[in-house]
Amino acid sequence: MTKTPPPVLELCNVQISLPKGADRPYALEGLDLTIEAGEIVCLVGESGSGKSLCAGAIMGLLPEPHVRVTGGAIRFMGEELRGKTDAEMRKLRGADISMIFQEPMTALNPQKTVGWQIDEVLRLHTKMSKAERKVRAIEMLERVHIPDPASAYNAHPHQISGGQRQRVMIAMSLVLSPKLIIADEPTTALDVTTQLQILKLIRELQEEEGAGVLFITHDFGVVAEIADKVAVLCRGELVESGTTDAVLNHPQHPYTRALIGAVPALTPPPIKAASDAPVVLKGTGLKKTFAARGGLLSGKRKAVTAVKDLTFELRQGETLGVVGESGSGKTTVSRIVTRLLECDQGSVELDGTDLLAATPRELRALRQHIQMVFQDPMASLNPRKRVVDLIAQGPIVHGADPAKAREDAKRLLELVELSPAAANRFPHEFSGGQRQRIGIARALAMEPKVIVADEPVSALDVSVQAQVLKLLADLRDRLNLSLLFVTHDLRVAAQLCDRIIVMQKGEIVEHGLTAEVFANPQHPYTQNLLSSIPGRDWTPPSLQTDAA
Amino acid sequence: MTLADTEIAPPEPPRYVMFWRRYKRNRAALLGLVLFALVVLMALSAGIIDPGDPLRRAGEPLTPPFVNWETPLGTDQLGRDVLSGVFYGARISLLIGVVATLVAIVIGVVIGALAGYFGGWVDDVLMRITEAFQTIPNFVLLLTLVAIMGSKIEWITVAIGIVSWTAPARMVRAEFMSLRHREFVDAARNLGVSNTSIIFREILPNAMPPIVVYASVIMALSILMESALAFLALGDPNYASWGNMIGQGRAVLRSAPYCAVIPGIAIILTVLSFSLLGEGLNDALNPRQKK
Repeated sequence: MTKTPPPVLELCNVQISLPKGADRPYALEGLDLTIEAGEIVCLVGESGSGKSLCAGAIMGLLPEPHVRVTGGAIRFMGEELRGKTDAEMRKLRGADISMIFQEPMTALNPQKTVGWQIDEVLRLHTKMSKAERKVRAIEMLERVHIPDPASAYNAHPHQISGGQRQRVMIAMSLVLSPKLIIADEPTTALDVTTQLQILKLIRELQEEEGAGVLFITHDFGVVAEIADKVAVLCRGELVESGTTDAVLNHPQHPYTRALIGAVPALTPPPIKAASDAPVVLKGTGLKKTFAARGGLLSGKRKAVTAVKDLTFELRQGETLGVVGESGSGKTTVSRIVTRLLECDQGSVELDGTDLLAATPRELRALRQHIQMVFQDPMASLNPRKRVVDLIAQGPIVHGADPAKAREDAKRLLELVELSPAAANRFPHEFSGGQRQRIGIARALAMEPKVIVADEPVSALDVSVQAQVLKLLADLRDRLNLSLLFVTHDLRVAAQLCDRIIVMQKGEIVEHGLTAEVFANPQHPYTQNLLSSIPGRDWTPPSLQTDAA
Repeated sequence: MTLADTEIAPPEPPRYVMFWRRYKRNRAALLGLVLFALVVLMALSAGIIDPGDPLRRAGEPLTPPFVNWETPLGTDQLGRDVLSGVFYGARISLLIGVVATLVAIVIGVVIGALAGYFGGWVDDVLMRITEAFQTIPNFVLLLTLVAIMGSKIEWITVAIGIVSWTAPARMVRAEFMSLRHREFVDAARNLGVSNTSIIFREILPNAMPPIVVYASVIMALSILMESALAFLALGDPNYASWGNMIGQGRAVLRSAPYCAVIPGIAIILTVLSFSLLGEGLNDALNPRQKK
């Protein structure tokens, strides 16, 4: 009878301290976690929960001495990692423990070819000859299903797509058959169809190699897709852990229950009776190409078509979703209809007036009827202005009395559920969700007919996302707003949109009522998108959320 | 443990408190501030603490320092008080430093902002003009301007400003090019804010930190340029400036070196104070350098 081998990774009571002045004394407190060979353990938590620092602690890559492990044990194959010298850790890293990063573009060296970078791992850790290394590298590229591995070997990172770059990262981290793979949000930067492929690839290779995987993510859909076991972190504390089925379907801890309750279900809103409300926003034959401006001698570069022949209608009180993957032109649409980008052809009628034909003076007046909520709530608020001035700016520009506009701004803060005490603060003093509330208040201050929202919740944690979505839906119903809602997240679209437009490469491939499109997608692209949603087979249990 | 995100964090200390905290972390910058305060004090108290006119004879010519307490730092070959010259010279140097810097920054900001914000042909035209200025060595251009306009102190100041605007213009342009694509600019446009307001009220405040830091460099350079002009006897003879004093002290450099050395030290310390000040401002205004 053989002795049971020690687990691949064992964390006992690990504690990581933060520098003075941080929001809490310890990034991680008393974390216990075990990963057996051939197991995928998902570490889930919202931003700031300490999940990435946990990965850093295992790899010995914490930003010491400010942040360091102050207690507990980290055992890899039964061997204590704490107290190992740098040289010893270097031998382990890459060979026995490897890491897949979130952003493959920045994790790969842009100056070197893909082949060179895989070759480097082999050169540092093995005594293989040059020819052997090359064979091994190409073989590895083949295993991660990169089309034409030989030419990818000689390509630079910018010459291959984002999904392929992540495949290269995976090839690099698996080339030495490590026993432990740490994947830190490896699919967050990818489109949903690519994400599914990468998740499948990780699963497949992990099964072949029998390695243990620590998979760090914030997305419960991804958890449902890939995990064997789940551990939930909240502010550095492990609040719940167990098998995927137990945690996802029968969460015990209030925090987990709240998190899972916040995951948007894939059930579209009920179909409203065929609306005969008046059309407030109507786009006809919109077309936009981006021509790269050539230099003095280099001549014109090839133009890229972002949107071709787009036509849509938005009725009063309705929410129209624009969904698609990156590069589908959906953001361009949001900029064209607000005329932040000049369009090449077509018209956008706002209550019967063509926005695109308006003179600059007319346009400025028209702008108060169409407002925008931006994606990045940090970037879209001027960091040097107080909140009250940010919100009151629009009305003041359009001739409102400044004192009254500021009073109204405070009222709007209450409407978006922020304390009026927020009025005199600067944007950086708020959390992401609060900033987005300020962004919404700013849009509402103009009492617009149409609000264009460009990925308004994609930069937010899932629980905050749910709150902001609820706020948007509330406001829409109370103020009878019409929303043009651009998103890449089909779950979000399902929550909020009455009708959706699916875009691919600048063209509408499908449009219709959300419920109908989700239930019975016609176009192959839509079908592909819908079948790629992570965790589509898992329906979040409806929970009485008592924590939120 | 609550998940609601509508509670606001406790307020931060006001901006100037944060600014001062970050500034004082740099010891050298504190030294710069002390030196700068000394120069300002000298300029303000010239004529109050010190005996009168720096251009009038105050004692025996070429009295060495620390001999006669009527003229503590000695006198030059015409019997003028060196201490008095240093005090009044501080006025001229500061005046030139501040005004020339203002001229340079204003021209630089306007040209850089227009070029960076509008891009396209506006950018092309303005940048070609900037390059035309940059191809002529600063000091040669300054000499030409002074030769044309005459060496009155006002013209010298303006001329120094005119030769110094190109670097801030390029810097402001770069800042504007990166800031104009930020979402808050789109947000302002979407509210119907006019271009002028966007440039000066939305983007410029965000572009200010590097400009303020660079202004301290320009101030130091303008003082040096004025001194160099005066050294070549092209300064305004009606004012005691440090450069004038060095230029005249040159004649007696062997027999009475203090005539040139004392104003020289004053220039070195003033320029040093501006550089250190700039370094401290950079630390305090650069938001990425937290704690």
